[in-house]
Amino acid sequence: MQYSYYPGCSLEATGVEYNLSTRAVAGALGLELVELPGWTCCGSSSAHAVNKDLALGLAAHNIALAQEQGRDLVVPCSACYTRLCKADHEMRHDPAEKARAERLAGFSYTGKIQIYSFLEIVKDRVGCDEVARAVRKPLTGLKVACYYGCLLVRPPEVRPFDRAEDPTSLDELAAALGAEPVPWCYKTTCCGAGLSLTRPEVVEQLVARILSAAREAGADALVTACPLCQNNLEMRRPAQEGIPVFYFTELMGLAFGLGEAPGWLKKHLVDPFPLLQRFSLVG
Amino acid sequence: MATATLHLPAGAVTVDAAFREEVARLSGQPLELCFQCQKCASGCYPTQEGDYTPNEIMRLIQYGARDAVLRSRTIWLCTSCETCGLRCPNGIRIAEVMDTLKQMAAARGIAPAGETGPLFHNLFLSEIRAAGRVHETMLMLKYKLKTGNLFADMKLGWQLFRRGKLPLVPRLKKDPAVRRIFERASGQE
Ligand code: SF4
Ligand code: SF4
Repeated sequence: MQYSYYPGCSLEATGVEYNLSTRAVAGALGLELVELPGWTCCGSSSAHAVNKDLALGLAAHNIALAQEQGRDLVVPCSACYTRLCKADHEMRHDPAEKARAERLAGFSYTGKIQIYSFLEIVKDRVGCDEVARAVRKPLTGLKVACYYGCLLVRPPEVRPFDRAEDPTSLDELAAALGAEPVPWCYKTTCCGAGLSLTRPEVVEQLVARILSAAREAGADALVTACPLCQNNLEMRRPAQEGIPVFYFTELMGLAFGLGEAPGWLKKHLVDPFPLLQRFSLVG
Repeated sequence: MATATLHLPAGAVTVDAAFREEVARLSGQPLELCFQCQKCASGCYPTQEGDYTPNEIMRLIQYGARDAVLRSRTIWLCTSCETCGLRCPNGIRIAEVMDTLKQMAAARGIAPAGETGPLFHNLFLSEIRAAGRVHETMLMLKYKLKTGNLFADMKLGWQLFRRGKLPLVPRLKKDPAVRRIFERASGQE
């Protein structure tokens, strides 16, 4: 199956291992991700904070590019996914917004392509059974707290693919890889990544609370689906806190026995190797 | 415009009846339905360091306390996490309201003392305008230079750089289509 692939700005810098691992596991599952030619920034959280027209226009421009390619669009970053889905939802359901977006981005919206997060594709299109069949080195005994972050499943009318208050897709996926997802209450609590540069002292409190809740729940590590969450949870953690934070695609790569997986994991700020060695998941 | 003064624990606020209608129109949210159940505030972690809780912001809008709301710290602490809107029994998408308030404050150049949120967003958007994409390395540097806070996070920046996460030469391309969106958004076209 072929998809257009929108990496987004972070996946070329702070989230580089998410990009590499997403492409690798997609290949292992027989999904063909074709990078969207000419993609530009979705506007991220800055556009909607200060300029409504830019937020819609920048997102619509990328939807226009995807429309030209005629393939559904896959977006690994939760933040980009949110901005693109929101614009798509507005254009699909509100004729006035559609007209505004068409004027801003200079195209005509057909509504023919769909936007998916990579998690959604793996979970709903490929399916956990198929994922489990690809596992060569099950992550047996590894207890993980699945952290969805605030954006991935909200608001529910825009993203109906999982439950908005207590999502389960990452948990099911982790279980398919042989890991043990722990129950905990901070799955969708905001980590404050958007404030990481401007209000680090506020973010540190949010991060500390999430990480200690994961520990209390008995987790050895957290699992995320967003480069902003992953970086923020490692960058703004309390100095003594060493719990690793993985992308779900990295755990898939490890469980599939992909040789490139250790290369991705070396890019983490919190070294995950001692933990993985304990579970004999890396050499 | 009809105005009056209201004395609140947070200080005296000027009341302006047209404000509620303006925020309701721009955000598309039924603000009059808020009955102060505080469900929004109870799930809101990011704004805990702010001056008002989200339900207080809603009440202040209902009062028409334009200045107090547009100058509040809370609006810049809202991360649009959508927890509040998900739980609001009256279907008010408070994140949309917070966005509208930020946009109104930014358009008027109002920000509370020491708040660098608007500066950050403007730097971010000028990166997009100039290059179509955001080069995270440059963005961090420019923000640090503008805020004069160059040494905070130096160690962190170095750690990221060493791991190949802050590339110096980005894969960017100037994109006239993006420039046109900026021009249309600012009403130049
Ligand atoms: S969207 Fe804003 S106001 Fe609502 S819970 Fe999140 S941070 Fe608080
Ligand atoms: S949850 Fe809704 S009704 Fe309740 S206080 Fe907040 S905005 Fe008002």
